[in-house]
Amino acid sequence: MPSFAFDGSPVPFRDGQTVGAALVAHGTVSWRTTRLEGRPRGLFCGIGICFDCLVTVDGVPNQRACLVRARDSSAVTTQEGTGYAAE
Amino acid sequence: MPPSELAPERVIIVGAGPAGLACAATLLEVSEMHVILVDAGAGPGGQYWRQPPPTDDPQGVDPEALRGLHHDLGTFESLRARLDEGRAAGRATLLTEHHVWTVVPTAGGYVVHAVDRGAGPGRERTVEIGADRLVIATGAHDRALPFPGWDLPGVMTAGGLQALLKAGDVAAGRRVAVGGTGPFLLPVAAGLAARGASVVGVFEANSPVRWLRELGPVAANRGKLAEGAGYAATLVRHRVPVHVRTMIVEAHGVDRVEAVTVARVDGAGRPQRHGLRRLEVDAVGVGWGFSPQLDLPVTLGCALAPDTSGTAVVQVDDWQRTSRPGVSAAGEACGVGGAALAVAEGHLSAYGVVAGDAGSGPPAEVAGLRAVIARLRRFASAMQRAHPVPAGWAETLRPSTVVCRCEEVSAGVVQRAISERGATGARQVKQLTRAGMGWCQGRVCGYAVELLAGGGGAATERLVSTPVPLGVLAHPPSKSAM
Repeated sequence: MPSFAFDGSPVPFRDGQTVGAALVAHGTVSWRTTRLEGRPRGLFCGIGICFDCLVTVDGVPNQRACLVRARDSSAVTTQEGTGYAAE
Repeated sequence: MPPSELAPERVIIVGAGPAGLACAATLLEVSEMHVILVDAGAGPGGQYWRQPPPTDDPQGVDPEALRGLHHDLGTFESLRARLDEGRAAGRATLLTEHHVWTVVPTAGGYVVHAVDRGAGPGRERTVEIGADRLVIATGAHDRALPFPGWDLPGVMTAGGLQALLKAGDVAAGRRVAVGGTGPFLLPVAAGLAARGASVVGVFEANSPVRWLRELGPVAANRGKLAEGAGYAATLVRHRVPVHVRTMIVEAHGVDRVEAVTVARVDGAGRPQRHGLRRLEVDAVGVGWGFSPQLDLPVTLGCALAPDTSGTAVVQVDDWQRTSRPGVSAAGEACGVGGAALAVAEGHLSAYGVVAGDAGSGPPAEVAGLRAVIARLRRFASAMQRAHPVPAGWAETLRPSTVVCRCEEVSAGVVQRAISERGATGARQVKQLTRAGMGWCQGRVCGYAVELLAGGGGAATERLVSTPVPLGVLAHPPSKSAM
């Protein structure tokens, strides 16, 4: 089964699933914190409208987890705020 | 590319859901035009017939295993086959994972600007596609209303639950509550139950008694009754209770949803404070109907008109043509009414495109489509009357409840902008509070803010309908070479 790393831990997925679907199937429901209050967020609309499920994929922030197809060996990381904070 | 005697006329259809696919199929059959179908998804189908993307992996998501989630899949497969024939003959182009961000009128035509996201994050490119005519078939998205705890992870729209199932074969939770209003809640709950999730209840805010006032439209649409009866049977088989005149008034949890509180709704649409029930859940889906996606028609200046529920929709003539020359619209953009209506409007829109400004087509076929559209529109209006947003929905809000999820604007801030600073309408609230100014551009909170501010549901203008990376715009776009 292919897998990607989420904050360093492997998340297996079935080919065709999005990053968001794979994370939810794995039992993870949030992968972003909001800019102002640092609240956790994950999938909400599931179809690319709401931008709540933003995540960093292979170093590129602000990707919609509900739309981005999961790829083997890619690195997905929790996005803090805008995703552009100094590392 | 300008039209000439040698090159066939080009039509761009934005949206490959039921309406766009039907339009494409009929255009390929009755015209010589080149058809370009553009969609943000990984394949045709839209939200209604959403499919997992193609895969070579035998353990990948298998569309065959998900057939049971769909209604009238035969129509989809037949429309898709007609599109594929057109593609094989070099007469049709399907552009998937292309997110259209704007349309610009040119001399005698239109240029559609899209971002091609097919290569993955960081590899986006912009694309410009020129055409003589444009068909807008952009569909709709779930209508959400804020309530305490709706921003907790695990709380989603009903359509979001359905998308996870249809495209990813994933149930969002093991114990799921489904709430809101409208017949769409039933297939969502049935799909989850069939997938093995325990659906603790469907909480429908309205009473089925409302349908008794709509016997004419119902009697004329027996197919809709049969479809509903099928979902009801699935729910009974899986022992999913359907509670009418109830609504989810709070989601509880710290970092994810752990429970919901459900209240009775009285005849005036007000949630009751006594008799509350608390249910343990790990996922929630709520939907209050759908909002048409009007970014492109609003940008183009197409005339809009209110539907039965007061929502602005694209105004079309009896050929599905908008007020803008060369621009047609079909499906939910013309008023939310379901896939069968969208298919009929898609077919009719093709005749309108072919006939140009005159309008013609095989009389029996056109008359038949118009009769179907009129019948299904009556049903859609009946559905909107039977499933309104409860008048007292906002009584669940607390001052601390987040209304704008993007900009983290609370109900207290929005209500003070209205009561103390005199804001009227979503636009003024947005200017004072930033509600609706974030990533989603008010697609999620705009409807609620409009209701809170007592505005009339004016469509929001969004000149850029999907975020475009600036770095991508800096590079010259690929001209489509179809």
